[in-house]
Amino acid sequence: MTIKRRTLVKALATGGGLLGLCALVPQWAMAAWMREAFAAGETNAAIKALYGGDLPVESAEVMLDAPDIAENGAVVPLTISTTLPNVETVSVFIAENPSPLAAQFIIPEGTLAEVSTRVRMGQTTHVTAVIQSDGKLYSATKEVKVTIGGCGG
Amino acid sequence: MSMTRREFAKMLGIAGMAGVLPLKTGAASREASDLYEVPRFGNVRLLHMTDCHAQLLPIYFREPSVNLGVAQAAGRVPHLVGDRLLQHFGIQPGSLEAHAFTHLDYADAALQYGKVGGFAHLKTLVERLREEFGRENTLLLDGGDSWQGSGTAYKSRGMDMVEASNLLGVDIMTGHWEFTYHQAEILSNIKAFNGEFLAQNVFITEEAMFSSDVEYLYDDFSGRVFKPYTIRELGGVRVAVIGQAFPRTRITNPARFIPDWTFDIYDDRLQMLVEQLRAKEKVDLVVLLSHNGMDVDLAMARRVSGIDLILGGHTHDAVPAPTLVKNSGGQTLVFNAGSHGKFLGALDLDIRNGRLEGYRYSLLPVFSKLIPADAGMQALIHEKRAPHLDWLNEELAIAGDLMFRRGNFNGTFDQVICDALRAVGDAQIALSPGFRWGSTVLKGQMITMERVLDQTCLTYPETYVRDMKGSELKLILEDVADNLFHPDPYLQSGGDMVRVGGFNYVCEPGQRIGSRISEMTLDNGDRIDANKTYKVAGWATVREPSAGPAAWDVVAEYLRDRKEVHVSKLNTPVLKGVRGNPGLSEYPNNVTG
Repeated sequence: MTIKRRTLVKALATGGGLLGLCALVPQWAMAAWMREAFAAGETNAAIKALYGGDLPVESAEVMLDAPDIAENGAVVPLTISTTLPNVETVSVFIAENPSPLAAQFIIPEGTLAEVSTRVRMGQTTHVTAVIQSDGKLYSATKEVKVTIGGCGG
Repeated sequence: MSMTRREFAKMLGIAGMAGVLPLKTGAASREASDLYEVPRFGNVRLLHMTDCHAQLLPIYFREPSVNLGVAQAAGRVPHLVGDRLLQHFGIQPGSLEAHAFTHLDYADAALQYGKVGGFAHLKTLVERLREEFGRENTLLLDGGDSWQGSGTAYKSRGMDMVEASNLLGVDIMTGHWEFTYHQAEILSNIKAFNGEFLAQNVFITEEAMFSSDVEYLYDDFSGRVFKPYTIRELGGVRVAVIGQAFPRTRITNPARFIPDWTFDIYDDRLQMLVEQLRAKEKVDLVVLLSHNGMDVDLAMARRVSGIDLILGGHTHDAVPAPTLVKNSGGQTLVFNAGSHGKFLGALDLDIRNGRLEGYRYSLLPVFSKLIPADAGMQALIHEKRAPHLDWLNEELAIAGDLMFRRGNFNGTFDQVICDALRAVGDAQIALSPGFRWGSTVLKGQMITMERVLDQTCLTYPETYVRDMKGSELKLILEDVADNLFHPDPYLQSGGDMVRVGGFNYVCEPGQRIGSRISEMTLDNGDRIDANKTYKVAGWATVREPSAGPAAWDVVAEYLRDRKEVHVSKLNTPVLKGVRGNPGLSEYPNNVTG
């Protein structure tokens, strides 16, 4: 490797990534549908509010990489990728959070659909990744354990 | 015990152990002229130790009488204790091995056979096993938890153990409690270590990639902090050893000491390494030196293929013979080598034609009376202890009962710690972590400060006294119980159940989280009210450090006030749904259903 990974990561960061766009959207620009999606208290309701229509189909082509046990529930790393074609959006739902919708990523045409983010979870919960591909919804779900910690031998 | 102490001493003085103590370890049944004669077999000899917890001198260590397996693990190795363990491995009751591997008749047998472990004795044994085989064809592997657990390790931030490990000749190790010093100290300890420190599952966090100086990284591109594997040529073959550090280190121990590193189980990355070693490096044998704990090792052996041997630790299981696990790529042998320097695994391998053709295994108990001390190691130990002798040797109180820790629930020494926390902190309830390390003190023996340190000496020993709601107590107990009894080993975190003082409960290990703990009452019989507040004392918090004095000072203060210390009430829970479980023997409370 001629370029160090660290240098590469730093370059990406300063160059500006596509990560966490939703979180950066100013309040005034947040459309009503989005407010509704964030306000939904339950994963399926949030998915419906965000996408409308049918619920996603579970798919092995949606890869959700999350730890079995979170090292720190306040910043749990997730990576979502897929082999599905023509991905338009990637979204993440944390079932037990007061507001399950954690993020939605808009994937521009021709972009590799692989996103990494950090999410907060207060307790053991299911995490669902939804991918919108060719207008259809696909998902993968995994339970992540959150523990108080300590007492290890 | 059929032998008197006098007879035993006489026997030691003469011909050794000829014919008296046949070692039956499943894989290798043999007649030895003495306990430590391991007949040569094959072309490679691996010596395996793990979890010595910095015990440089011989100690007493009682194996557990409660080591429950749940779900798939119920009644299976390593969740066998007492007679059930003897039956399973074909060990003769009343023999030296029966004493080494079980708690049976512990007090009398311990007096008879004496202390175990000690680096000077271990050194002599290691040298003998290397010389007899041809040392160039041997490796000494240490599964970790070696650089923490004693007063001198604490004072030297692990460095005394690095020096002792170097003199012992440890070739390769991985870690867990090694990570309870600060990052920079850990790196300098590893630098001073003459062997190789391996961990394929410790990575730099992405945050640290941005902000910290990470020049020390083993591999900048993968983000691995430590070297993942090593390849050694010995016995005419190529042996790969991969390191697997304890994957839950940042959860069960303070993450604040190691802010830039992240740990986990990465089956896919491990599988890739194994395949790479097989295909590109053309190794003849793949060994995983693991600190997963045995249940996780067994699960990993089913999920990851291509590993010949998993040499495991963490759960302190002294398992006389390996467990064979079938997987998609063939099979894996899973070992676990006990703790506290009490055992040394001797694994002879016949590796030919690029594969493991056969093996012989003995998990040798290290009885200090049976092995002369190595003078060089003895001198190093004396040197390391000398500045601290006044501290270590302070006599605190006589043990009025057998004092031990190991087991799923309160040991007697834990009860003393809980009693001390309550008395000194004027608290209703005490909580103490379910560590698996800590020596045993026989009834009538003096408890010195060193024995208290054996139970408490970690780098976050601060105590607390605070108000806690009944609901919070329940939450803590449920959380810890789930880390011990979750049916999926990958969702366990190691350690035993949190020890409690001043209150009682019912535990049903086979339930799910939220339903294992019930009927919580104070010692006076009052029910714990979810909404009421209680004064609780404890120690070893993993988040922010607490404000109180170190746990060992609290326990010492309590003991100094007493000539002799007794356990008047053991707050071990009533158990539900585990009657007849082979991981339970002579339980000191009710077992219902």
